[in-house]
Amino acid sequence: MSVNTLNSASLKADFPLLGRQVHGKPIVYLDSAATSQKPRAVLEAMTTYYDDYNANVHRGAYLIAEQSTTEMELARQKVQHFIGAPAQEEIIFTKNATEALNLVVNSWGRSNLQPGDAVLLSLLEHHSNIVPWHILAKERDLELRWISVGDDGHLDLSNLDKLLDGVKVVGISAMSNVLGTVVPVRAIADAAHERGAVVVCDACQLVPHRACDVIELGVDFLAFSGHKMCGPTGIGVLWGRRELLEEMPPFLGGGEMILDVSTEGFLPNELPWKFEAGTPPIAETIGLGAAVDYLTDIGMEAIADHEESLTAYALKTLEDRLGESIVIHGAAHPRGGTISFAYRDIHPHDISQILDQHGICVRAGHHCAKPLMRHLGVTATARASLYLYNTESDIDCLAYALNETAAFF
Amino acid sequence: MSGLEDLYREIILDHYRTPRNRGEMECPPAHRGEGFNPLCGDDVVLYILADGDTIADVKISGNGCSISQASASMMSTAIKGKTFADAKAINKAFKKSLSLSEEEEGEADSAEEAETNEDNSVDLGDLQALQGVMKFPVRIKCATLGWNVLSESLEKLNLD
Repeated sequence: MSVNTLNSASLKADFPLLGRQVHGKPIVYLDSAATSQKPRAVLEAMTTYYDDYNANVHRGAYLIAEQSTTEMELARQKVQHFIGAPAQEEIIFTKNATEALNLVVNSWGRSNLQPGDAVLLSLLEHHSNIVPWHILAKERDLELRWISVGDDGHLDLSNLDKLLDGVKVVGISAMSNVLGTVVPVRAIADAAHERGAVVVCDACQLVPHRACDVIELGVDFLAFSGHKMCGPTGIGVLWGRRELLEEMPPFLGGGEMILDVSTEGFLPNELPWKFEAGTPPIAETIGLGAAVDYLTDIGMEAIADHEESLTAYALKTLEDRLGESIVIHGAAHPRGGTISFAYRDIHPHDISQILDQHGICVRAGHHCAKPLMRHLGVTATARASLYLYNTESDIDCLAYALNETAAFF
Repeated sequence: MSGLEDLYREIILDHYRTPRNRGEMECPPAHRGEGFNPLCGDDVVLYILADGDTIADVKISGNGCSISQASASMMSTAIKGKTFADAKAINKAFKKSLSLSEEEEGEADSAEEAETNEDNSVDLGDLQALQGVMKFPVRIKCATLGWNVLSESLEKLNLD
């Protein structure tokens, strides 16, 4: 039994939005897998940047320009340490995880994949780790293969060796944004490396919720978003192994990413700026740095423990109070706090609409994972997803309000 | 509960629970059209069997929320047996009834009213129950999903 050292009820006070009401009821925010709420510290860090030292980075030789550059690069170091990356040059800031994955596919993929090469993905993938590969596959005549998902919500790795045969790259989600499945990334990465394949990991649902170390994960690229980990929107991260990044051509061209430009051509900048064309999202990067500080102060172990016990409470409470009328779609332990479910035969859209009247925010839909939805045989699910600020009381509200939906259907 | 009764009117829930003209048809001779709501993955499939310029038969399949499926069911009863031109007019009147409500509080009330009266030549009947979705902007796409398939289908059928 893990020791829960978090006091989520008091943590809520750190998040201004969680103090508001919706339809006259206190908000119960259960959609952190879509985006997390932001603590005051993050909002203040961004406001301070604009109020005190707003200046473009890596350009001006004046005090506030130096300060903005220093703060932005400091954020890079914070992110580096947060995910255990060996070097800060390996941290590339992007718009979001989607852009980070597109960067890998377009830069590494275009320079390394030839017609007939195979790409191995899992059925748990978010569209952002599927569609970029589809686009390149069509252009380059690549073969896409899929790791299937078992009834327990976990990947079926029984035929992994066979699937890996001839595979050049594996795209794998570390934690499902639909089922909460914790994926054995290390085991898959090791098997892939034995075959000489490169491993691209979508860690959007892992980095905000678990202590994360890129060396321990054993992957080659790791992508995640700032806005799911208490940071602002508009900032994402790609980590890559330096030797791979060094060999890769730039993704987007423009300012910042060059050392020299002439009428004949250009010389790309060094890492990480080679991949950061144009004025970066400076305030958002600094906000992400503040989010990393916030999470680090609380402690990722404590957050993981809290989510673990709250998830267990949620699964038990929903089952106890709603019995056979609720069906939880996967996943068996180990799993995170993302709970997809069906309730009676009420469509998820209608569930979400009625829960909204109780101030409860849950996601309804395909969660940008249509291949997985097809595999599950559903067009949509309702999804409640937990984070550090959620409490047992939030779960009780959900169970109560779900019962109420029966009044309409 | 504020507004939910307007959204989930009994007539809508009735069409949701007992959808009319549910099924599929062989194509050809029928025409098949499909529409997706990329937001939630809902889909509506519309089969139209034409007899000249008349909708001789219609079937609906697909999956989705109460609003998208009820709206498609109500649409099927409204257009069955109608000419393409009549179906088009009903489609136009239905969509207009939704967007008009949106501007209810706008300044152009009198001008809009004049247009409404003009449209009264088309009797929306039960379809008026769907006007409750105007209070729930996200759900308007659900309500219009089947109707957008109808627009596309009629366009294609007119070309055939």
